[in-house]
Amino acid sequence: MVAVHAQSVQPPLSDSEKALHVLNRLAYGPRPGDVDAVKRLGVKRYIEQQLNPDSLPLPPDLANRLSALPTYQLTATQLYQQYGPPSFPPNSATPEEKNMARQRANKDITPQTHFSRLWLATESPRQLQEVMTEFWFNHFNVFEGKEWVRYWNGEYEKDVLRPNALGNFRQLLGAVAHHPAMLYYLDNWLSSGAGTPEAKGRFKGLNENYGRELLELHTMGVDSGYTQADVISLARILSGWTIDEKGMKDGQPAFIFNPRRHDGGDKVFLGQTIKGSGYQEGEQALDILARHPATAHFVAAKLVQYFVSDKPEPALTEKLARRFLSSNGDIKAVLHTLFDSPEFWARSNYQTQFKTPYQYVVSSLRATATPVLNVRPIDGVLNQLGQPLYGWLTPEGYKFSEEAWLNPDALLRRINFVNGLSNGKSPIARSDPPPPVPGAPPVAAAPNTAAPIDPQQLQQTLAPALTPHSLSTISAAPANLQVGLILGSPDFMKR
Amino acid sequence: MKRRDFIRHLGLTASGAILIPVGLSGCVVAPASKPQAKAKPVPAAPIAMVDSPLSYGSPLQRPHATGDGTPRMIVVFLRGAVDGLNVVVPHGDHNYYKARPGIAVSRPGTQNGAIDLTGYFGLHPALQALQPYWDDGRLAFVHASGSPDMSRSHFEAQDYMETGTPGQHNTRDGWMNRMLGVMPSSSSPMQALTLGESVPRILTGRAVVANMPTGRDATRPTLIDRPEVSQAYAALYAEDAALGKSYRDGISARKELMADASSSEQKMANNGAPLPNGLSIDTARLGRLMRSNPDIRLGFVAVGGWDTHTNQGNGNGQLANRLRPLADGLTTLARELGPAFNDTVIVVMSEFGRTFRENGNGGTDHGHGNAMWLLGGNVRGRTIHGSWPGIDDKSLNEGRDLAITTDFRSVLATLAEKHMRIGDPAMQKLFPQYGAGNPHALNLLV
Repeated sequence: MVAVHAQSVQPPLSDSEKALHVLNRLAYGPRPGDVDAVKRLGVKRYIEQQLNPDSLPLPPDLANRLSALPTYQLTATQLYQQYGPPSFPPNSATPEEKNMARQRANKDITPQTHFSRLWLATESPRQLQEVMTEFWFNHFNVFEGKEWVRYWNGEYEKDVLRPNALGNFRQLLGAVAHHPAMLYYLDNWLSSGAGTPEAKGRFKGLNENYGRELLELHTMGVDSGYTQADVISLARILSGWTIDEKGMKDGQPAFIFNPRRHDGGDKVFLGQTIKGSGYQEGEQALDILARHPATAHFVAAKLVQYFVSDKPEPALTEKLARRFLSSNGDIKAVLHTLFDSPEFWARSNYQTQFKTPYQYVVSSLRATATPVLNVRPIDGVLNQLGQPLYGWLTPEGYKFSEEAWLNPDALLRRINFVNGLSNGKSPIARSDPPPPVPGAPPVAAAPNTAAPIDPQQLQQTLAPALTPHSLSTISAAPANLQVGLILGSPDFMKR
Repeated sequence: MKRRDFIRHLGLTASGAILIPVGLSGCVVAPASKPQAKAKPVPAAPIAMVDSPLSYGSPLQRPHATGDGTPRMIVVFLRGAVDGLNVVVPHGDHNYYKARPGIAVSRPGTQNGAIDLTGYFGLHPALQALQPYWDDGRLAFVHASGSPDMSRSHFEAQDYMETGTPGQHNTRDGWMNRMLGVMPSSSSPMQALTLGESVPRILTGRAVVANMPTGRDATRPTLIDRPEVSQAYAALYAEDAALGKSYRDGISARKELMADASSSEQKMANNGAPLPNGLSIDTARLGRLMRSNPDIRLGFVAVGGWDTHTNQGNGNGQLANRLRPLADGLTTLARELGPAFNDTVIVVMSEFGRTFRENGNGGTDHGHGNAMWLLGGNVRGRTIHGSWPGIDDKSLNEGRDLAITTDFRSVLATLAEKHMRIGDPAMQKLFPQYGAGNPHALNLLV
């Protein structure tokens, strides 16, 4: 009752505040005019639209730019064929050949993957889909710097995470488990059942890495009751789930189940006996995990932490976990319940979450309508702020809490970054000049297309975020500092 | 090695159980006279096989030097796995020359040859700037050290060294951050400084860490350094408790950096001296900041470019070109620390070593054991710590790499305990699953 009372003394959010709130939580902050547009539409209808991204067409210009990215169109197998190491060990490829393959991937695939993510994050009207794509990327993190992951992380995001971001959890979990980026990153591709015919060389022995993270990070969560014996059972169940190196060369899909490396014995997993039946065992284990109450609870808690508060209220987590179970892991249904909850709308949770570097950078690009013509400066600033895109090494992904991101140096770096945006001369809005042609005169960089940001316009874009104290401080400052002050304000650091 | 020193060496290694067997045999017997070398006679070679008896050097006896009494520690991480066998060269062993016909650092006394350290070990000639520190007993190495985890992946191996938990993927924080947590607390936002852009794994965690921009531009004034701008933001942040404190801490750290930069750069301009290159610019800054502010207890800097799979070179070439500025950066750091050098231990480490034999491309591939470097006013220097496993075919790890006889945590735990004065219970937090019962009784300090 105390909590209800505490909430009742706080005035409910105004329409403008509600509009800003959904734009900050279901999207990466408002672009110019967005707050008014959501007010006109109504927050309920806005949420409905966001939960049904297919109802929102991509702007043709954005769709065209995406389809003009050559590597964005390729399957995992094609990426492997066209960019992968010339061949896999043990083989005749020299370190130079492998280095060259790595450099080509760095030069071609990586910027295109980053462009696609940033264009969609800054411009896609399907903002919740983008937010949830990032959420799941962190939940099912892979690290771009681990050798072959670089070839596949863009495709993983595009074909596994984004289409399933608001879909069914079991389907998402299964798609992740089959993708070479994950099989490689968590070493399952190397894992073989003990004593199986092809368990030799580098494929010798059982690798527990994926099995462990699948339990600890992807589904049930640490300390949820599984044991080391369950980890081993799961690793045995998934033995033989691997990458088809040879087959990919002939255009076969990346995933293959290799029965000659699968431990065919019966296993006891989470108290259930799983009969040795080959590939099907893995699907059965994923079924068990996806409908386990601990999984429902773990995913619900993470969603509450992302969308509501760093310190999730247990009652809301409980409610979402029940919805997760009753809907068979329907992510959209769970989010529906979340966005309907009084906690989501409580003033005590309004403008209280400290943005991650990624949220901060993307929201500042949106608020200023800065076009992303060059990803390198964005990669640079995200690197400086400690959250390089696709750059978290370990499988738990980036954190979303204030504790993880609020530090003195980072705050000043954020302020310096937005001051660089405010004059409209940011290198982000200027594409790199084409590489010089021998003999021809050098081509100048494309002219900068962004105009200086108008402080009045920006203030209007972000109005419900700015406290009276901030407004008066900003308006007392010299005009040329105002844009930087708005974007560098504590108000804009929060969502 | 003098008899007296040998006995003392024995005494100190005997406390570390893992060091005894190989250490003893290695210490007295020259590799050429080992049984296996006899069993498989070495084919006649054009150069005479003059093998020196293994010697770890003779530490200089000297009293404990004092600074301001605040212990400090700086980690220099060589990312990409430096070739420790070409840093501290076993020039006394013909196996070294056999395995590395193109890239071995030649014997002392020859052109571009190793700088002799102990009669058996020598220093890469590009590290000549460090020789005075060796000579006066302030530089030591722990050879054949490294991570017990067998990963040959840079990312995994670095991760394990930075978290201090080899083989465990899920440690959330780095050991230097945990060290901050077990040191006496201070309100300063600058207890730990890292050079470079983001906070590295080794310093991520609960405790606040300041990172310092690198390069010549680092102390170039930015908008926020203009008083009217920082005041405008100060006003903006005045009413926000958490963010306001962060903002004020950030500004005060920034002011400190700028003040230091302006004074010292002015001094340099007055002397007409050119600015040092690369790493030295940053280590000079780090050294000065740590000297003038005893709140700063930990420093970290990463230096890349050690993944020499091709054209590594010997006394000259690619690796030499990397080592030279590193040596300059380290001597600059030592010099700029001033009296605080006596309270500082600088540890240079890398994620793993490289293959013993050179590959077909004049380089080396990912290997295992490496040398850790220790530099500081009270380092027990002029000696090679640890124990030498040997580099004949039978002694190599998996037949290809220098074996590891000292766990890197043993070195770090010794420094944490004896130098940073971290007590026993806290050691468990610092290196979980590697606390009591493990040998961190290396005699690394004066």
